[in-house]
Amino acid sequence: MPEAFAYAPAPESRSIVSIRSSYGLFIDGEFVAPTDGRTFKTIDPSTEEVLAEVYEAGPKDVDRAVAAARRAYETTWGSMKPSERGKYLYRIARLVQERSRELAVLESIDNGKPIRESRDIDLPLVAAHFFYYAGWADKLPHAGYGPNPRPIGVAGQGIPWNFPLLMLAWKIAPALATGNTVVLKPAETTPLTALHFAEIVQQAGLPNGVVNIVTGAGETGRSLVTHPDVDKVAFTGSTEVGKEIARSIAGTSKKVTLELGGKAANVVFEDAALDQAVEGIVEGIFFNQGHVCCAGSRLLVQESIVDDLMMRLKRRLETLRVGDPLDKNTDIGAINSFEQLAKIRELSDIGDQEGAERWSPACELPDRGFWFPPTVFTGVSQAHRIAREEIFGPVLSVLTFRTPEEAVEKANNTPYGLSAGVWTEKGSRILWMAQRLRAGVVWANTFNKFDPASPFGGYKESGYGREGGRHGLGGYLDV
Amino acid sequence: MTPTSSSGLTAGPVDDVVASEASLRRFLQGLPGVDQVGAEARVARLATRSIKTTAKQYALDLAISTMDLTTLEGQDTPGKVRAMCAKAMRPDPSDPTAPPVAAVCIYPDLVGVAKQAVAGSTVKVASVATAFPSGRASLPVKLTDVKDAVAAGADEVDMVIDRGAFLAGSYQLVFDEIVAVKQACGDAHLKVILETGELATYDNVRRASWLSMMAGADFIKTSTGKVNPAATPPVVLVMLEAVRDFADATGHKVGVKAAGGIRTAKDAIRYLVIVNETAGPDWLSPDLYRFGASSLLNDVLMQRAKLATGRYSGPDYFTLD
Repeated sequence: MPEAFAYAPAPESRSIVSIRSSYGLFIDGEFVAPTDGRTFKTIDPSTEEVLAEVYEAGPKDVDRAVAAARRAYETTWGSMKPSERGKYLYRIARLVQERSRELAVLESIDNGKPIRESRDIDLPLVAAHFFYYAGWADKLPHAGYGPNPRPIGVAGQGIPWNFPLLMLAWKIAPALATGNTVVLKPAETTPLTALHFAEIVQQAGLPNGVVNIVTGAGETGRSLVTHPDVDKVAFTGSTEVGKEIARSIAGTSKKVTLELGGKAANVVFEDAALDQAVEGIVEGIFFNQGHVCCAGSRLLVQESIVDDLMMRLKRRLETLRVGDPLDKNTDIGAINSFEQLAKIRELSDIGDQEGAERWSPACELPDRGFWFPPTVFTGVSQAHRIAREEIFGPVLSVLTFRTPEEAVEKANNTPYGLSAGVWTEKGSRILWMAQRLRAGVVWANTFNKFDPASPFGGYKESGYGREGGRHGLGGYLDV
Repeated sequence: MTPTSSSGLTAGPVDDVVASEASLRRFLQGLPGVDQVGAEARVARLATRSIKTTAKQYALDLAISTMDLTTLEGQDTPGKVRAMCAKAMRPDPSDPTAPPVAAVCIYPDLVGVAKQAVAGSTVKVASVATAFPSGRASLPVKLTDVKDAVAAGADEVDMVIDRGAFLAGSYQLVFDEIVAVKQACGDAHLKVILETGELATYDNVRRASWLSMMAGADFIKTSTGKVNPAATPPVVLVMLEAVRDFADATGHKVGVKAAGGIRTAKDAIRYLVIVNETAGPDWLSPDLYRFGASSLLNDVLMQRAKLATGRYSGPDYFTLD
């Protein structure tokens, strides 16, 4: 039966952004060709069309970038009057706002995320982070790190492909506010918004070398992290790579913050506001196609309401709209890469084999590009791999519990500890849970809410250090 | 009035609930809560739906055909009501493809005039009653008010609940009044106005919705239009969740009417999106959804003309009735 109220396509125009056919490395204030000239292509994951050619920075390029950052740290940025540093950051924040439509469209094209999210969530948060840390630049003596906290020096930063520009902001804003200079490597599948951000850096008149952006894959990242003149390493990405980084810098004087994987429990008690809990579950796992390190990928439901809640959840999932990331009505966009899609498929197939029950709403997926339907596994136990391993896709594993103690035990029974959610109308239970959950963020009656003023980071194998808020300054100060 | 088996439902799935004042109270207070932040975030999200071209056409026509064109003023006259009825039957004189509205909504003393004016058309006559808008009168007075309206030919009766009794926790009193009014309505359809602006919390909106549905409401309606705030998107969301859950529990579909404060086509479309994605497409019909509005129609007509011609006409090209 055709839908009565069928939403006509409402695509956001691509014309606001002009994507160049190739991009140089951004070193010492300008776009330059790399020493050995190796390139790779970045594609639109919703169509598999090539968007642009990007250079792969080799060790010599990384060396150049680190040298530029060092020079800037020693000659301009490190000794600049803090209020002046703040002005530059405010200027960047305003420029991000001015160019937010362009950046949102570009982010959706390169990453595959729905334009509604890049427009309403990513970009506003990017600007907010720069505004927030701009404010700290001349107030560092009041941050709780002593009367005159000093920067560390040159920061080497690696960011993931799930929130390319937002992770860039989380990295660059606090580093610059505290007087450090940076060399940042965006993820190989999503380099474009970082390169357009480099234009903003130029537009803002930031002194040369304060921000350097080197594109590339794992090799480039390795060169950056292990570079002897990098004083501080900040990385957001997989636990596997995080461990490799920790090993590679062990025994050096480098400081490090890592924000890694997660397998968050979203705990729904029988007295929860059910309709809003359903929204929170959807927001928790289907936001950004589930490509979220703090995604609520394990739903823990009190057994007494599991049937009612699953009925409501499935009914809600029927209304999700999967498709063109640039359509303003799209709820779920494309999976970022073929590799990621293969991983999601593999783990989902393992879920089938281990005896969990798979369910997806009826939805038509486009022929080209990388797509995976919103998926729910019921009958999952703690022993199943889909309950233990990070899938990083739109796949929810549903488990049940009987008592609050059991909920805490199951929620904490994971090597990760990035985030957790609690749904109950009982305030005392929220506090009781929050004290016991081993997770960096505990959301109560909401999920995936971010604010630059709020610190974010993990317990256990989800990493160490905090980003955001006053605490986020600590990772970039010599304290 | 004995509440037992006097619920408006023939199947009796809620007979246990309404069997006693204690069970009614237990049930209403045991309904899942509504998280204010979450409910408001949900409607804010739905407000970002982008309704264009064919979808917009559909939504604008649906907004007209689900509209209760309303005048509820002390200064209403037979002339004013006749003019509004003409507009109700043919909203856009220059475009016969514009559908008629669902109903005209007026005070009881003008039902006769309206009935005559809309005779032969599909437009229904809805009358407010039960000491509208405050509802502060005795039950016999309220029932007489209803009977007058029905005798004059009202197809639909919009009653108000006793908000004072509801807030005092006298759920049984509110329930019994609705049952009595429903009986007095006879064949006329009953819309129960919750006046959500006076109930204040979404939990109360949910309880009042269930209470009204169990008492036999054909429609639950947000507001009289005389209290601020009137209809708001989160309130309508909560009511739509209630009718959806009630239909799941009983198989009986109750309508929702958003009334008061809805003035632009853009707002109307946002409400229709909430209807579509909460209660579902079954509710996209005048049988199960209504807008109560006095000034909304012209904005919808203007948007409709813009969609058809590509140009905005000035407000002077649309009649003020």
